Formats: sequence, structure tokens, C-alpha cells
Amino acid sequence: MNKNRHDFLIIKEMVSNNSRVLDIGCDDGSLLKMLQESKNANTRGIEISPDKVNLCLAKGISAVQGDANQDLEMYPEDSFDFVILSKTLQSMIEPKKMLEELLRIGKNAIVSIPNFGHWKVRLYLSIYGRMPVTPSLPATWYNTENIHLCTINDFIHLCSELQIEIIKSVALDKNGNLLNFANRIRSVNLIGEQAIFLLKRK
Amino acid sequence: MTKKIAFDSNNFTLSSGKSIFPLEIAYETFGKLNKERTNAILICHALTGEQYVSDINPITKKPGWWDILVGKNKPIDTSKYFIICPNVIGGCMGSTGPTSINPKTKQPYGLAFPVITIHDMVKSQVLLIDHLEIDKLLSVIGGSMGGMQVLEWMSSFPKRIKSAIPIATAANHSSQNIAFHEVGRQAIMADPNWHDGKYFEYKIVPEKGLSVARMAAHITYLSEMALQNKFGRNLQDRSIKTFSFDADFQVESYLRYQGINFVKRFDANTYLYLTRAMDYFDLISENGGVLANAFNDLKASICVISFSGDWLFPTSESKKIVHALNAKGVDVSFIDIESNKGHDAFLMDEPDMFLTINGFLQAQFDK
Repeated sequence: MNKNRHDFLIIKEMVSNNSRVLDIGCDDGSLLKMLQESKNANTRGIEISPDKVNLCLAKGISAVQGDANQDLEMYPEDSFDFVILSKTLQSMIEPKKMLEELLRIGKNAIVSIPNFGHWKVRLYLSIYGRMPVTPSLPATWYNTENIHLCTINDFIHLCSELQIEIIKSVALDKNGNLLNFANRIRSVNLIGEQAIFLLKRK
Repeated sequence: MTKKIAFDSNNFTLSSGKSIFPLEIAYETFGKLNKERTNAILICHALTGEQYVSDINPITKKPGWWDILVGKNKPIDTSKYFIICPNVIGGCMGSTGPTSINPKTKQPYGLAFPVITIHDMVKSQVLLIDHLEIDKLLSVIGGSMGGMQVLEWMSSFPKRIKSAIPIATAANHSSQNIAFHEVGRQAIMADPNWHDGKYFEYKIVPEKGLSVARMAAHITYLSEMALQNKFGRNLQDRSIKTFSFDADFQVESYLRYQGINFVKRFDANTYLYLTRAMDYFDLISENGGVLANAFNDLKASICVISFSGDWLFPTSESKKIVHALNAKGVDVSFIDIESNKGHDAFLMDEPDMFLTINGFLQAQFDK
């Protein structure tokens, strides 16, 4: 992962200055480091791999080794201004509960998802009749960590069911170009490879 | 060279309400204090440790108990940091303890020594860093009983530390931990040579009792797998069982060796006092049952470390600490190091722990 990841830049725009930020699955701490430097954020990370926790610590990024499926309950309500879950909601055991947890411990949540409604995915399934394997979702069905894939449309529906307000939504095509969301959910759901949402409790 | 300082104990009341006269602390230092006085790290030793954390221990002539970690160009680099390692009060390596001479009787204190708590140990360490004119420690580090002292620093003297690394420890002792300690204490007291703690009057030592205490405790420091891998059911220097109570098995011989060696370097009454201090330590009950309340004023950065194979101070105990720190919004990191070496892993060659400590300290120093 590097600082030039397109989604990092979009996430950066969503985080306000001097806020408290938790990054779930913080990897080597690159995103948090960027938010410390550019937004003066007070950051924390959760990361399942001890090697990556060590990479964070050496950068001066505080990280707790743990599994977000179990460990979020240790944080009190409103512990953070922003809780970031980047491209991992689909690998959670209970994504719905996870979304609720994010907005319990954070005033805002930033969630990014790979879009299973992308035209390549749809085409793959309709032509081959097999579970789609695409450049952005390269794993086969039996070894993928993505046990709860959804489309942009699915995600928007879940938010409305959970009374979650979508403050901002951004989709990216395969080249990382921004797609205009306004009133074009159907087409964004077709050509967006991933989407990033800024969420808040209603 | 171990240095020794004596403090005016008129202003030093122990948790029990008693005082000790005089109050002396023996300590070692390694490296140099920088001009800004910002590179000082206090290392707290465990139950049977002492101030000889690095270099050669002058008593055993073996490397210090954390020499693998602390030294020039080692993970805790003494060419960069100033390391202070005191013997705890109540100990038997130079700080005032049960083996010290009671000025009233001109005899060792023995059981006349007041019961010491982890809080008392740490309060005396504050006197030491005052004496060294260090306003804020870069870090305070320790495992097991040393980790308890670290937690006590975080709770009672949060403004004096910039960071802290509690390792393989807990906010209180479990019932099982207390039980193991009680076995050790009873073994010592059951030795007829113990003489109600006045063995010094008879010029003998309750060797058998202290040795059994050490043997029992030593088992708790290792994992089942570590023992099995090291010894299995192998026989000691013989090919068949002797049909006696000799040390037929290697593991028996190993434990006896551990016991005998321990007796040479440790005092029986001190063992009673220090195990008691660990049993009494309880940051949870002292804070109304809510551990988080122990850390109300804590602004330091904390790095909690546990080991997956440690059943004496299991990972779940470290997680409780992390949980409490999170509840107070403390800047906390946590790592559970995969190891099958048991509780003693924190004293051994654990490259992941070295990386964690080295990286964390460097980042704190640069901050």
C-alpha cells in the first residue's frame, strides 16, 4: 500500500482537522500517518497481523493487535470522530452489526467497498455462469476472504434500513477517476469499481 | 557498579501505614543521561530479578537477566538511552528488605519487616528519579511483577512518564496465581530450618523449602509444550528406571537444579514478601471495580505486550488493560506475540518483542 492510493486521498478529504480517527485494518499505518501529517489527526489503528502492528509502532502510529469482529466492543460510545473501514466490510462475519458498531464508537464512519455490481462482474457471471474473478476481485469463490460482497446499491439500501445517513459518497472507476454520484446511482453501480461513503447516525 | 542511596524515610509511609528506617535503594545505571534529561528509561525487575539487567551479573558471573535486550546496539540501546534499574524495596540485593539490618535489634529484620506493596516499590522509585533529577522518564518497562510496577507508575505517577511498556502482566493476580504463590510460601514455612523467619539467628537457611518453592513456581513460568519439547519422558544419565525416588527423569533433575541454584542467590523471607506484594496488587478493586478509573490522568503512550503461550499472565489479562486504556482514550498499542515458551518468554530471545520495543521506544524518543 502506498500514499498515492486513490481511496486514501478521498478519505483524507472526508476527515476534518484535529479529529480522533480509528482505522480498522490499518495495515502498515500509511493512511493514519498521512492523516496525522495532513490533518493533525489523533489516530489509532486496529490490525490483525502482529508484523504490521510492529511496522505501525516503528512509525509512531499507535495500533492494537486484534480482530475487528470481536474487539470493537472494547471501545466506548463516541470514542472517535471518524472510524475508517477500508475495503474490509465484505470480509466481516456480520457486516450489518459491524456497520452499527462503527457508528456506535464513531460519530462518523468512512466505509469503502468493492462494487459487486460492476459491469465486468455482471458480465462474467452471465457469460460464464461462474463466480466472477476480476482484476479488482481476483480470488476464486472457495478461497476469497470476501464472504459478504455487495453492490453500491445494496450498500445504500442497508444504510437506509439502519437509519444511517450517507453524507458523502464517491465512486471510482478502474483508473481511479471520480464518478459523479448525483442522481446516477444506476450507472455508478455499473461502472464504479469501488465506492467510499461518509456515514453518520440519523 | 551498584550505587546505593539512602532517603529520609520520615516522609515515606508504606501502604501498611508503617515506615522503614533507613530506606535505601540499590540501583544500576547504563548509558548516559543526555543534557535535556529526556532519555531516561526505568526498568522494573520481576519477582526474582534484581538491578543487574545488563552486562555481567557480578554475583552469578552470568549475563544480566535482560542482557539480550539491554546494551550497546541492542533493542534497548544504551548508547542512546540512559537505563536505570533499581532493586525493589523489600528485595534482597541491596535495597532495604527483610535481610537488611534492623537498627533497633542489630539483627536482620526477618518477619519484623513491614509488608511491602507494588505501590511502595514504585513510590520509592519516584524518590530515585527525583534524586537523579529526572522530571519525566522516557519510558518505564517491565515484565511480570515488573509489569505490575509499570501499571502502578501509569496509575499513580502518570505525569512522570512519557511512555510505558507493561509486559506479560495483569492488573491483579488471579486466584490461581495466588494459589501457586501460597504453595511456595507454605513450602518455605514448612522447612524446619525456617524458624519462623529467624533462620539467621541459627546461621542456616531454609534451603529445602525455598528450593521447592522455586521448583513449583518454575513450572508456572514454562508452558506444557516447552517442558514436553525440552525433556519429554527422557531419563537423566541412565538407560533404565532405578525403582527409587532418585531424579530418574530429566525434568526432575532440571527442576532440582533450578531449586538449588536459586537458593544460592535468593533469600527465603524476601520470597515471602515479594510474592505477597504481587498477590496484594489490585488496580481493579482499588478503583471501585473499574480498571479504567486507574488511568484517569494518563497522557503517556502505552505499549502492552503479551505472549500467546503464557498461561500465568494470559493474553486476556493484557487485553483487559488495553480495554481499560481505550475506555479512557489513552494512546495505547497492543501486541500479542506468538510463542510457546510460556510466561518466561519475556526474558528470552523473542525477535518480535525486540522489534516492538525498539520501534516503539524510537518513536517515543523522536516525538
